[in-house]
Amino acid sequence: MSEPLLDVRHVDKSFGGLRAIADVSLSVHQGEIVALIGPNGAGKTTLFATVAGFLKPDAGAIGFFGHDILGSTPDRICALGLVRTFQIVQPFAGLTVRQNIAVGAHLRHAGRREALELADSVGRRLGMAALLDRPAIGLTVAARKRLELARALATEPRLLLLDEVMAGLNPTEIDEIVAMIRAIRDEGVTVLLIEHVMQAVMSLAERIYVLNNGALIAEGTPAAIAANSAVVDAYLGHGAAGKLQAKQVRHA
Amino acid sequence: MLEFSILLPALLNGLTIGAVYALVALGLTLIYGVLHIINFAHGSMLMLALYGVFFLHALFGIDPYVSLLIVPPALFVLGYALQRGVIGRASHGKDENILLVTLGLAIVMDNLALYFWKADTRTIDTPYGFDTVDLGIATIAVPKAVAFVAALLICCALWLLMARTDLCKAIRALAKERQGAQLVGINVPHLFAMSFGIGAACVGAAACLLLPSFYVAPDVGQVFVLIAFTVVVLGGMGSFAGALIGGMIIGVTESIGGLFLGESLGQLGIFVIFIAVLLFRPTGLLGHRA
Amino acid sequence: MMPSLRLSGQRALWAMAGVAIIGVVLPLLLRSDFWLNFAIMVLFFTVLGQAWNILGGYGGQFSFGHAAFFGTGAYVTAVLQVKFGINPWLGFVLAGIGGGLVGAAIGFLSFRYGLRGSYFALVTLAFAEVLRILANAAAFTGGGVGTLIPLKQTAANFQFVDKTGFYFVIFALMLIGLLLAYWLENSRFGARLMAIRENEDAARALGVNAFAIKLGAISLSGALAGLAGAFYAQYFLYLDPRLAYGPGISVEALLVPIIGGMGTIFGPLLGATVLHVVGEIARKVMGDAVGLNLALYGMVLVAMVLFLPNGIAGLARRQRLKPKEERL
Repeated sequence: MSEPLLDVRHVDKSFGGLRAIADVSLSVHQGEIVALIGPNGAGKTTLFATVAGFLKPDAGAIGFFGHDILGSTPDRICALGLVRTFQIVQPFAGLTVRQNIAVGAHLRHAGRREALELADSVGRRLGMAALLDRPAIGLTVAARKRLELARALATEPRLLLLDEVMAGLNPTEIDEIVAMIRAIRDEGVTVLLIEHVMQAVMSLAERIYVLNNGALIAEGTPAAIAANSAVVDAYLGHGAAGKLQAKQVRHA
Repeated sequence: MLEFSILLPALLNGLTIGAVYALVALGLTLIYGVLHIINFAHGSMLMLALYGVFFLHALFGIDPYVSLLIVPPALFVLGYALQRGVIGRASHGKDENILLVTLGLAIVMDNLALYFWKADTRTIDTPYGFDTVDLGIATIAVPKAVAFVAALLICCALWLLMARTDLCKAIRALAKERQGAQLVGINVPHLFAMSFGIGAACVGAAACLLLPSFYVAPDVGQVFVLIAFTVVVLGGMGSFAGALIGGMIIGVTESIGGLFLGESLGQLGIFVIFIAVLLFRPTGLLGHRA
Repeated sequence: MMPSLRLSGQRALWAMAGVAIIGVVLPLLLRSDFWLNFAIMVLFFTVLGQAWNILGGYGGQFSFGHAAFFGTGAYVTAVLQVKFGINPWLGFVLAGIGGGLVGAAIGFLSFRYGLRGSYFALVTLAFAEVLRILANAAAFTGGGVGTLIPLKQTAANFQFVDKTGFYFVIFALMLIGLLLAYWLENSRFGARLMAIRENEDAARALGVNAFAIKLGAISLSGALAGLAGAFYAQYFLYLDPRLAYGPGISVEALLVPIIGGMGTIFGPLLGATVLHVVGEIARKVMGDAVGLNLALYGMVLVAMVLFLPNGIAGLARRQRLKPKEERL
């Protein structure tokens, strides 16, 4: 296999006495959709923040697209093509949807007109055509999640880190966003996503990493992870493994 | 030690003024600790209190120390009303708005004082104003000695009050967990205003202790507000012990700095400390909140 | 749709052209020295307010110490002139640079160590106070006594016999301020600055170097305030530490855009006009008593924050946006 796009090696991060990430290594290859799952407080978002340059790890190495990005700043990492979204959406409340997306578009387009045009096209692609001139503050949860995705996409990234973009959405909205993520990948953007909506994870991801108490406890295909009943029980509670397998069969 | 005879009185002087700074800062830190707001009008409230003490003495012959029974309660009422009626309604979700509103209040108070009472610097004459106590190593003016002791006593009393009474337990609960306090039925706006009122009362007490050895003028608040901020920032926002220690440090810095750098540059040390602490250690010496 | 005071794009350019025409014609209509002086002061505070608006309105970084930049500009012009005989027009340019450099220095320290919100406001105030104390103690500034710029009324010396000359200088500066604000609303730099104002972490995640952008904004803001300071020095020919670095200037700098509308092109012009019209009326009604005017300004500030947090310009915007928000 070729060199991975994202290569996280033995990363450690503690807050005071709490070891939020313990010796985590994972890799994502060009063109993949990879999921990172685990119970609340497992350290998933901390790992994202560390990879994206918002937190400095205590130890380890992070390579992205052949660059060592450990200790680099979020803006430089973003310029290299790695962009994250936030679990708690962070819209620029006072700006319109178009202006929000244009902030991302400006990363690779200095001109205001170009950036606004790109913002338009990204917004339309994600089904936000009618919302472009609305202030972000008035958007519904689903629209805010999409805006989060649209802004990130407008930076024209190689790798998209999606932090629970499906949380709080209804089943129809989840289906829509799953289709969008798949389309984004088909256009050449690699995706690493944190998700609690198991059904979406199982249908989207090609590989899954399982994080628990800051440490990786399993890695594999959705089928393998679902079959790994010990793992599933460990963080979804007893009996979860059986339910998941049933779901998997229905989807297949 | 050639300069010992000069240095020691300056040090003592610094400690006495520091105790008063601490008392002023205590009010500020209490307000910050509970409401998480920075009260820019704190110095102007002190100015009003000083005028209160002054006029009680000038018009009714009431001794400044007797005013301790009148001015702090009056300031409490003022503080309660301001928080309940104006400051509490200003945030619209942004801390900066509160800072702006308290700045606006400071401007109003300072300039109304200027309008009504003119720019004159006023002092009061008390029978004990020029008495001194001999501490053996140095002598110290009686009003300053009284201010030092009383300021420390009031700080301790407030400390005990906060630790013991039900009201203050509720206030402390509020400081820690706002939503939780609301859920268990604590009247949040009332308690916020109570905290603000107690903070203002501290300023009232400071004014009574300060005036016998100090002066009052409409812009005196501006002098104090930055000093109080420095004390609070230095000691750690919301920390009582920090305010005490910070007050002493600032008082001594000002006094010793004035000795070496002269009157006009003496204050420089305070601002340099202020900036340095804000930049390098924004949690202060004893603070724990990031 | 009702007309909006928050203009952007084409309409803002037309409005600016309108302001330019009115501004050029205005001195022909203002026969009295009093009204010309009034117009000059409104424009002067517009420039000062616009300087604050760049950093506070568009960047969301509330400074309580714009006097630091203003006073530096004023002193640069005055001291270079008085002590070194440097032409005040050159001094004017150097004042802009000086203000910008002080802005950059304060910004570097504050933003490098991550000061935000109220802490940033307090630290800027402290810096202005430090400069005031230094100016008070230094010999070359004339100390507490102040600096008097010798009267020599020639245009080459940036002193005009006819006030109209001053009018056009400050008017040109005001137009530059409007163009700067227009540029902020229509450029990548401005888009990034506003993104930082709204949510700094989200902006950083999208590739915005927040430190560099904020540093640029405070430098720009400082430069414009420095130019305003140089104008002040030439207009009044007298400076002392309290006038230059005192809290009065810092307060007016923030009051003007807060009243008019923060983060809007015309907010400062609107705010300065309203503030000074109100101030003048108050003076007429209540007499020229010391303190009354500022007390009134303070009340206006409190009232604005309580009832109109988006300024007068926000009134129109709010009505325009409300129905949409409710629909969503």
